Amino acid sequence: MIPAAFDYVAPTSVQEALAVLAQAGDDAKVLGGGQSLLPILRMRLNAPETVIDLGRIDALRGISEDGDALVIGAMTTYAEVLASDLVRDHALVLHKAVATIADPQIRHRGTVGGALVHADPAGDVGAPVLALGGELVIAGSGGERRVAAADFFEDLFTTAVGDDELLVAVRIPKHTGWGAAYEKFVRVAQQWSIVAVAATVRAEGGTITQARIGLTNMGSTPLRATAVEDALVGKGAGDLAAICASAGAGTNPPSDLNGDADYRRHLAGVLTRRAVAAALG
Amino acid sequence: MTAVEDRPATEIGTRRLRKEDQRLITGRTRWTDNITLPGMVHLAMVRSPHAHATITGIDTSAAAQAANVIAVYTAADFPEGLGVCANAWPITPEQVTPDHLPMVGDRVACAGEIVAVVVARSAAEAQDAAELVDVDFEELPAVLDAMEAMKDEVLAHPSKGTNKSAFWQLDSAAAGTGGNVEEAIAAARADGILIERSYRQQRLIPAFMEPRSTVVDPTGEQVTMWTSTQIPHILRFLIAATTGMSESKIRVIAPDVGGGFGGKLQTTPEEFITLAVARRLGKPAKYTETRSESLLSGHHGRDQYQKLTLAATKDGTVTGLKVELVANLGAYIAIVGGGVPVLGAWMFNAIYKFPAYQFNCQTVLTNTTWVDAYRGAGRPEATYAIERLMDELAAEVGVDPLTIREKNWIRHDEFPFTSVAGMTYDSGNYEAATARAKELFGYDELRAEQARRRASGDPVQLGIGVSTFTEMCGLAPSRVLGSLSYGAGGWEHASIRMLPTGKVEVVTGTSPHGQGHETAWSQIVADRLGVPFEDVEVLHGDTQIAYKGLDTYGSRSLVVGAEAVVRAADKIIDKAKVFAAHLLEASADDLEWGAGRFHVKGTDKGVGITEVALATFASHNYPEGVEPGIDADATFDPDTFSFPHGTHLCAMEVDTETGQSRMRSYVCVDDIGHIINPLIVEGQVHGGLVQGIAQALWEDAIFDDNGTLVTGSFVDYTLPSAADTISFVTENTTSPSTTNTLGTKGVGEAGTIASTPAVVNAIVDALRPHGVHDIQMPCTPQRVWRALQSARSTHPGSTDEGSLQ
Repeated sequence: MIPAAFDYVAPTSVQEALAVLAQAGDDAKVLGGGQSLLPILRMRLNAPETVIDLGRIDALRGISEDGDALVIGAMTTYAEVLASDLVRDHALVLHKAVATIADPQIRHRGTVGGALVHADPAGDVGAPVLALGGELVIAGSGGERRVAAADFFEDLFTTAVGDDELLVAVRIPKHTGWGAAYEKFVRVAQQWSIVAVAATVRAEGGTITQARIGLTNMGSTPLRATAVEDALVGKGAGDLAAICASAGAGTNPPSDLNGDADYRRHLAGVLTRRAVAAALG
Repeated sequence: MTAVEDRPATEIGTRRLRKEDQRLITGRTRWTDNITLPGMVHLAMVRSPHAHATITGIDTSAAAQAANVIAVYTAADFPEGLGVCANAWPITPEQVTPDHLPMVGDRVACAGEIVAVVVARSAAEAQDAAELVDVDFEELPAVLDAMEAMKDEVLAHPSKGTNKSAFWQLDSAAAGTGGNVEEAIAAARADGILIERSYRQQRLIPAFMEPRSTVVDPTGEQVTMWTSTQIPHILRFLIAATTGMSESKIRVIAPDVGGGFGGKLQTTPEEFITLAVARRLGKPAKYTETRSESLLSGHHGRDQYQKLTLAATKDGTVTGLKVELVANLGAYIAIVGGGVPVLGAWMFNAIYKFPAYQFNCQTVLTNTTWVDAYRGAGRPEATYAIERLMDELAAEVGVDPLTIREKNWIRHDEFPFTSVAGMTYDSGNYEAATARAKELFGYDELRAEQARRRASGDPVQLGIGVSTFTEMCGLAPSRVLGSLSYGAGGWEHASIRMLPTGKVEVVTGTSPHGQGHETAWSQIVADRLGVPFEDVEVLHGDTQIAYKGLDTYGSRSLVVGAEAVVRAADKIIDKAKVFAAHLLEASADDLEWGAGRFHVKGTDKGVGITEVALATFASHNYPEGVEPGIDADATFDPDTFSFPHGTHLCAMEVDTETGQSRMRSYVCVDDIGHIINPLIVEGQVHGGLVQGIAQALWEDAIFDDNGTLVTGSFVDYTLPSAADTISFVTENTTSPSTTNTLGTKGVGEAGTIASTPAVVNAIVDALRPHGVHDIQMPCTPQRVWRALQSARSTHPGSTDEGSLQ
């Protein structure tokens, strides 16, 4: 499991990284925490000429507040997200989702930005960021631009980040006081989600006033179950089963060793009901 | 405080921490891949991506010109051959056995087969250049599934004319060990109960922790091979037998080896190729496989279709059992590949008193990775089938699964008991193990909870699974193996060397790869010779140090290998007594032996055995006519196998909405005779349980229609981790074995053999009221959910739909 030879560059600023990227073009791969890229290189599924390691760019790490939004640097690790009171207070569903990722070793290496740009539909960061209406901050030679999560995920392993651009941060509108749950369905603990549901709700007296639901691995990108979100408003714990059962309707999830599309659609319904119920508390 | 004061009264039975763990766990030790020799070259294999193809050309020129590449070889470069990956157990004289060469030049018969080897200064450069080797393949039709292979429409080896390798039968009427099974079946069909079922033993991958690695040093008089193997002695013999090298010029060393589970009970193409390259170049050479190569090209396990017919009277008394197996051997017959399913012949009847029995096994060749021993090897497959059947019989009769077992099992006062398959079980007490397991499990309480959940229509149903298993292990009596055309004996050898400083070297022919022999053998010798545990050093796995041995597999090391150690120790005591008498100026008849000392009866005069060792080292003063030395060796060949047994109880919670099964509790009471080190036993049982549970729930080696291993990485081959398991409750009852001095039985495979049916029985038990009677392994959530959907559509009245949604 030895990768093919490559040039290694470790810039210390975003500007420097962009310059290297512009020079290397599409023969370069950007290294975040390496939890997806390194296995790909080691299994020789990809052999880039240059690997640009973002690990020494301090500006890409950390979690801060900017008015009504949380700003999470692209190179912030899962472990840092988990330890953050800001995330727990204002984006609880992201906290809950990240808590399910792999094991402590991987959570100390893997990064939020790396997972988002890798855009594996079975990854656990996309659905909560989408559900929370996050914005992705992308830097390029012309400066920074912001892309809504709904527009960011284009296809399997494909995002709005261009070959000469870098994802630098995620901005998440604060969802302070919202209940949240992440229902992840796996066969063994160390496994990508077969299906997972990120649910976060605001409720008054047991009645849902707002609901946001993101689906993991129910298509080529993370999905929002907007029809279910709308139907949940004004409803309570006793109404969930009928509404949530259709969460997977109209989706086109993969069929693989862990389950076919029909089974996944069924699971999405069950897991959505459970996630919303848990989020309601 | 001294260490001596803290010493346990006896080492045997003490929970000693394993003396080998510090180095094994930290990895700061002699794993083969840690070995680096001056001038060593590195190998990378070029493997077939196709399951079946003709090789029409191999262009190695680009690879040969790559940076720091020393050589690129194909089979054509070794006209003298590279040796043979031998099948050492032809199960019938007529067995169809394709030649299994380490590297092929004309045709590949499975994906992963080696067609070229690249040699370079570094492993990275070898791997880079391997990608430059251009092989032209012309694909041939491939047969992958055993039942497809039975049709002989697509042939795995066209020149053989058939995929059927061998047919092996044991019939109790013909053998004189029981009645006629067809008569029993006819009687049950007319007026009794007939349970007819088909079960699938999916293919598994041993997935040992340390990938296989081989280093060969051809410099010096002997060629030395370090390799990650369970069988250094057998490998040395087979290298000599198949390459023409003199056995005396080959030294095989299994240094620290990181797991095997049977997966390193093989002579591998990679070992032969590394040997040939090192000899050709005259340079030390190393090959270490990647995990992907390991999963594809290390041998696989299980892969059987089982057709079973159990006959019983209406009250549930068993009257006959007929077993028809089709076993997938893969593309080649591995070292004991054909024999593994045949080991089931003596195990399907298990602990039950079947009056009539017939076992039929058809082995077939396919274009898949070769299949061989994997933890349990033949016995898990058999145990699964019979324990599933006994649950089905209980359901048919309408009694508790334990009741039907008790009705049919061998009672403790019936031992020794000769089974319908002709095996004599030396000892056991199924009643005692079951009673204790029920108590620990809270059997009656869980049954009550199960009834409550059924009554309330709880979406999470509770199932209780039973497995009252026995197995045969401790391979094995040499004469029995000979009668089965097995290519070797089953004896084991040990020698003990008393060093002048009072230290003791124990040389064992067993070859541990994680079992803890160094600790357990030290405990045995410490007690036997009355020396401190720390003063015993156990040497193994090097054919020049442990020059005689048959290695480690089949739960044989303790019951066969350690018995040889005991006998060598006893010889030392006998020899030392002569010297002690001389030193004490007493008659040997007046000496008493105890706690490491010889005492003259009725006096305070005595001499310790380590003092005798020093005296014989100096040999300034020793009796006339006696050799000046007390070292001893011993070879032990058992009279029969060892028959551990136990009762395993498993509670599973099955989520009927998702099909997810979660283990609630697991209790096992194993009877493995006397225990040397309870900590090691617990480790063996825990690890064994997880591997057996993994077959029930998680693991499945799957090829796609092209013969590509889809589960070729740990992303898709879902190996469980500690996070997927619960705390097991393990206890023991003790029926000492009568076949060895220590009264021990094997434990290395027990957990794996017993646990698989316990888990599946529990899942089926949870869903039986819903009309579910079987779920194919692994019981994935999707399979469980689909079984429920299907049962509901065919038996709409079998469950309360409303309460489950």
